[in-house]
Amino acid sequence: MSAQKPLIVKNGEAWPVEIIPLMPFDNFASAVLDEIAGGGRIVSMFAAPGNGARPVIYAALARDKSSDIAVLACQPGAQYRSLTPDAPQAHMFEREIYETWGIKPEGHPWLKPVRFPGKSGGRNVGVADFFRVEGEEVHEVAVGPVHAGVIEPGHFRFQCHGEKVFHLEISLGYQHRGVEASLSGGPDKTALARMETVAGDTTIGHATAYCQLVEGLMGVTAPDRGGAIRAMALEMERLANHTGDLGMLSQDIGYLPPSAFLGRLRGDFLNLTQVICGNRFGRGLVIPGGVRFGLDEKMTADVLGGLNKPGKEAMSAARLLWNKPSVLARFENTGTVSLKDCEALGLVGPTARACGADRDARRDHPVGAYASKPVTVANWGSGDVFARAMVRLLEMKNSLAYLTTLLNESPAGALTTPVGAIKPHHMAISLVEGWRGEICHAAITGPDGRFSCYKVADPSFHNWTGLAMALRGQEISDFPLCNKSFNLSYCGFDL
Amino acid sequence: MIKELLERLRQGHKTTAFPKESPQMPERFRGAPALSPEKCADGCDACSKACPNGAISLEGGLKVDLGRCIFCPDCSEACASGAIRYTVDFRLAVSKRENLTVGAGGISLAQPIQEELRQIFARSLKLRQVSAGGCNGCEAEIAATGNIIFDLGRFGIQVVASPRHADGLMVTGPGTANMKLALEKTYEATPGPKIVIAVGSCALSGGPFRNLPEQSNGVEGSLPVDLYIPGCPPHPLTILDGLLRLLGRLDD
Repeated sequence: MSAQKPLIVKNGEAWPVEIIPLMPFDNFASAVLDEIAGGGRIVSMFAAPGNGARPVIYAALARDKSSDIAVLACQPGAQYRSLTPDAPQAHMFEREIYETWGIKPEGHPWLKPVRFPGKSGGRNVGVADFFRVEGEEVHEVAVGPVHAGVIEPGHFRFQCHGEKVFHLEISLGYQHRGVEASLSGGPDKTALARMETVAGDTTIGHATAYCQLVEGLMGVTAPDRGGAIRAMALEMERLANHTGDLGMLSQDIGYLPPSAFLGRLRGDFLNLTQVICGNRFGRGLVIPGGVRFGLDEKMTADVLGGLNKPGKEAMSAARLLWNKPSVLARFENTGTVSLKDCEALGLVGPTARACGADRDARRDHPVGAYASKPVTVANWGSGDVFARAMVRLLEMKNSLAYLTTLLNESPAGALTTPVGAIKPHHMAISLVEGWRGEICHAAITGPDGRFSCYKVADPSFHNWTGLAMALRGQEISDFPLCNKSFNLSYCGFDL
Repeated sequence: MIKELLERLRQGHKTTAFPKESPQMPERFRGAPALSPEKCADGCDACSKACPNGAISLEGGLKVDLGRCIFCPDCSEACASGAIRYTVDFRLAVSKRENLTVGAGGISLAQPIQEELRQIFARSLKLRQVSAGGCNGCEAEIAATGNIIFDLGRFGIQVVASPRHADGLMVTGPGTANMKLALEKTYEATPGPKIVIAVGSCALSGGPFRNLPEQSNGVEGSLPVDLYIPGCPPHPLTILDGLLRLLGRLDD
């Protein structure tokens, strides 16, 4: 047991930075491992400028059962003993801290660049010591950064024996725009637009996480009506993306009718968001304090009506997939990730729920509408492409039902709460269950109430390694299908 | 097979009538700006101050740079006199960078490419898409132009897998330093004659990431652009309209 206990906070709260106990590294390490042993998981870990010359490393671990977040801090020197061998879920965070701050995790098994930020002394993008399998019949397949489809760039290396993949290594960073660094010294008037485009298909998710965070730092909360509209938009985003994903899975196995239907229906759901805020991706809707646009009675009826028909059509198009033995044969036992690996790597979102991990920030760390109206969480335990498709289907059903409830029982009142000044020397953490999984934003403010540090953890940051695990022992031709079943964000990772 | 056919009947025919008919966009859609500089109060710069991207200039009358505009409602909300508002007109694409700056006269929409190229590309245009820091918004809307609603394929336009098969590039994103080499190589690998289409605020000017050191403010100055499609992201109809104008396939 460590001498000092971590600070326990709730989602969306803010607290003075100085009340976080600054532990000696050994105590910090054992406290993090204790949290993980007790069912906790790392939602964010980052370094920030501390008092004096050395940066402080913060770790935030979610205790899902009690809706708590444990926050710990330490101030190591130029190096520390890596947590990764005991807690693999720390691996990417440690690599990132090393890349940004040069604080070396001694004993880290794969200390490679994360996003190649191109600083002096940094390596060129894609230049890394890739894992390599040697042998007469072993061959390597390298793909990207530019892929064949209309998708973002990334580099993949497969170590293969014939068709069989021993290992897939994923090297990203091509989309690195410097989002986090640009928030330091903020927020300024571009901050919200940058948050909306952290990952464009998760506009509502990231904008909500950001707004929840600054509201916490200001000591205000969005009003009930504003909170309900945020939840509506978040569920519409989930519905649209899951629908599109099932369509893409269908396309990747060459079964075109559901792919065409679901691709169109994705657009129908996006159009509902457009009715509310004028933009298919929800740009301009979520603002600090609440939301910018409301729904009157007529619009509520229009959206309810607009949801009903495509909702039914999406379910009946998806039924085609589940009624086809040849589809199920491609989905079942393809790209399986075990619950053990899922827990070790700290996977989140539908990917984790498809491995049987029962976690969903909407239920476990609820704020706004989710606190007063609980959501149903979808689960499926087989960990394969089938499970990831199934969880999406179940979540589409749940989102349709939840949206209908929200639209029918939408609370009256103001759309926004007046916002004030951001408190100086405070820290806050905000969790939102986006359609791809848990989004975590964390920030620390300086003496002037401006961000001294802003940290974004997109669900993709946790989950890309899950895709690599899914490919082990798989045939290389299964890659597109496995990749689509995760559908991870490149720019959300690269930031 | 019978289940697929029944489902096909249930789902029905959905392709938009565009370009024969112009679809009605929802009331809150923010398309082409309508500017009334005569309504501007003397010395008022509320819109320009509110704009997150420096898209508005007031020198010589109110103007909006659609290359920088991210179509957020900040300026129209800040304007007390109604001098700046956004209409539901989704037609935004232009042929020249300077035409992106719009004043009271509205937008000079894109003109067809020179006749020689139009002859080659008008009935069959294959494009390779390169995402250089795009947030996946523009990429998703480009992909959506291929779905059965917008059905880009019916005009002979197709997004292809390799630059070697392509007649041109569709570039999205602000052009990150880490994508610089890949973008240049993709452009070089595309056989001539070729065209370049810049899609979305990021590709046009860097968008919300303008002037951050990790990117190069879009394609400005690096590639010769034949069509600029504004938006954050542009609506699929905005993209479709732009492509058809480029190929001289729209009457108006």
